[in-house]
Amino acid sequence: MKSSRFTGIIFISIVGLGLCIPLSLTLGARVIPLNETIEAIFSNQRTTVNQVVVFERIPRTIFGMISGMALGVSGALMQAITRNPIADPSILGVNTGASLAVVIGIAFFSIGSLNAFIWFAIGGAAVTALAVYTIGSIGPGGPTPIKLALAGAATSAALSSLVSAIMLPRTEVMNLFRFWQVGSISGATWEGISTVLPFLIIGLGVSFALAPALDILALGEELASGLGVKTNTIRVIGATGGVLLTGATTAIAGPIGFVGLMVPHIVRLAVGSSLKRVLPLSAIGGATLLLGADVIGRVLGRPSELEAGIITAFIGAPILIMIARKAKVKML
Amino acid sequence: MSISARIDIRKGISGRKRRWITATLILTLLISILSIVILMVGNTIYPIKTVVAVLSGETVKGATFAIGTLRLPRLLSGLMVGMAFGFAGSTFQTILRNPLASPDIIGVSAGSSVAAIFCILVLNLSGLVVSFVSVIFGLLVSATIYRLSQGGQFSGGRLILIGIGVQAMLNSVISYMLLKANQYDVPGAMRWLSGSLNTMSMNDIPRLATVVVVFGSITILLGKLLQMLELGEQSAISLGVRTDLTRILLIGSAVVLTAFATAVSGPIAFVAFLSGPIAKRIVGSGKSHALPSALVGALLVLVADFIGQFALGIKLPVGVITGILGAPYLILLLIRMNRTGGAA
Repeated sequence: MKSSRFTGIIFISIVGLGLCIPLSLTLGARVIPLNETIEAIFSNQRTTVNQVVVFERIPRTIFGMISGMALGVSGALMQAITRNPIADPSILGVNTGASLAVVIGIAFFSIGSLNAFIWFAIGGAAVTALAVYTIGSIGPGGPTPIKLALAGAATSAALSSLVSAIMLPRTEVMNLFRFWQVGSISGATWEGISTVLPFLIIGLGVSFALAPALDILALGEELASGLGVKTNTIRVIGATGGVLLTGATTAIAGPIGFVGLMVPHIVRLAVGSSLKRVLPLSAIGGATLLLGADVIGRVLGRPSELEAGIITAFIGAPILIMIARKAKVKML
Repeated sequence: MSISARIDIRKGISGRKRRWITATLILTLLISILSIVILMVGNTIYPIKTVVAVLSGETVKGATFAIGTLRLPRLLSGLMVGMAFGFAGSTFQTILRNPLASPDIIGVSAGSSVAAIFCILVLNLSGLVVSFVSVIFGLLVSATIYRLSQGGQFSGGRLILIGIGVQAMLNSVISYMLLKANQYDVPGAMRWLSGSLNTMSMNDIPRLATVVVVFGSITILLGKLLQMLELGEQSAISLGVRTDLTRILLIGSAVVLTAFATAVSGPIAFVAFLSGPIAKRIVGSGKSHALPSALVGALLVLVADFIGQFALGIKLPVGVITGILGAPYLILLLIRMNRTGGAA
């Protein structure tokens, strides 16, 4: 593909994302006209209700963008590392692992700070990702989509009964948890953003730095080691980056599924499979998708709102089904 | 074939039959003993004489309420629900030729759960209507999964993957309903969602029993054909089995069983999934294990409910116990299956 076309696609997608930002600031239970929104931001006043609402929506919009970026990139990364089209935190059960860790934290270590949430979620995500991948890749053929999906679904089911066991006797944990459980960016605060930001920057940095090596890995294990790529090291570092991205996002937003599944697939249709192109576009695409899902949820759910995680699952699951239908029987 | 070889085969067949009968009898015996214990033990422990007296219709002060109104419905519903899940699980696993393909993993239970939660939380319904709606919705969801996985040759792997996708959508609907629910309704709904026998009354029993008997019989009767299906699509066709019809009838019964049981008790984790492989272990291959699976399912539910009620300091719903008991086995099974290439 010519690089001019790539530049064009990048430009269009940035414009798309740019359009979502004013939508996210103006739409919702209370619709605020665009000029009033801009005025509020530049005058920095919080006297009228509308102005207060605008300032409530700013962190939410920013958080939606950065977490969407993180999810999109981590999806592309995980699919490249596992060389598997359906790798996504929600399908691999990584989200449930993060949930379990957070519930354990709330119930037994009475954690409440965002930082503690993040560390617990990252820990849970890492352990689960490792376990699911190990189970799914035992045996002939390595980690095939169906083996990974089953390992993920099974582990998810197992972990959620542990979640119930811990949660059911504790009503206050249940109430805290049910809001977290449905992925949503509505609870974003400046504090939350500044807490996750370092994790996301490291995760994104690692992913982009690895892109060339992962592209070589895509040529096949033997060829890659022949070309001097340390395949296992690359995998471990890449997985760490992916887990950092998912874990940190999940800690604040709760489990948001399918962003990481959908975005890279659509992106690959447009620009081919080179990660050097897929990663940046997945970042922009993920941000657009999550922000868009959040706006759609706010508009559809008026006067209350539908959580972004519900919208993404609803758009994303059919795409998983499409992938499964398209795949050849043998591949499954 | 020499005569001695034939005799050996005969011996093998009758040996398998004997093993099947012994295993079934032992399972039945275990369930009976456990049932008596469950009726005797509780906050007050009654001697077996009182239990028999209450069961034969006499009025014993205190015991009639404790046994007749509390323990008996719980026992019977646990029994029925366990059998229903056992039947359904073994059917799905045999047809899809994959031990992981039980209704709780591929999304059929989630379909029924959505309908039931909707009835309970949003429409404030209960009883027969909930069961009915869950069955319809369970059938719809299964039909959708089946339709979507067609196209070219039937592939179990594709069906499982699509089932997981559909399940993800349904789960997001459940989360949404839980989120919007009145705070006071949430603990009840959560308890139901993790599978519980807490709210059983004698009124639920007759229709549950009817469903289990009718559709269980269908499953057992078609079990022979199911064995031929197990040999593979082509061999079954050449043996004269109408594969599509058999599959639809069997899956249909399995879905009705799952949906009905789910509507009553909630999706009790892993019972459908565990019963088949355990039963296969006990009776060996070569004989239909529909009935043994149902018995194992009943046994699992009763044991887990007993543990959940009395063994731990706090009372936990049965589904949480089966979930925790089932998880290690599930992981083990996955590892073993992957090692032999069974899941791929």
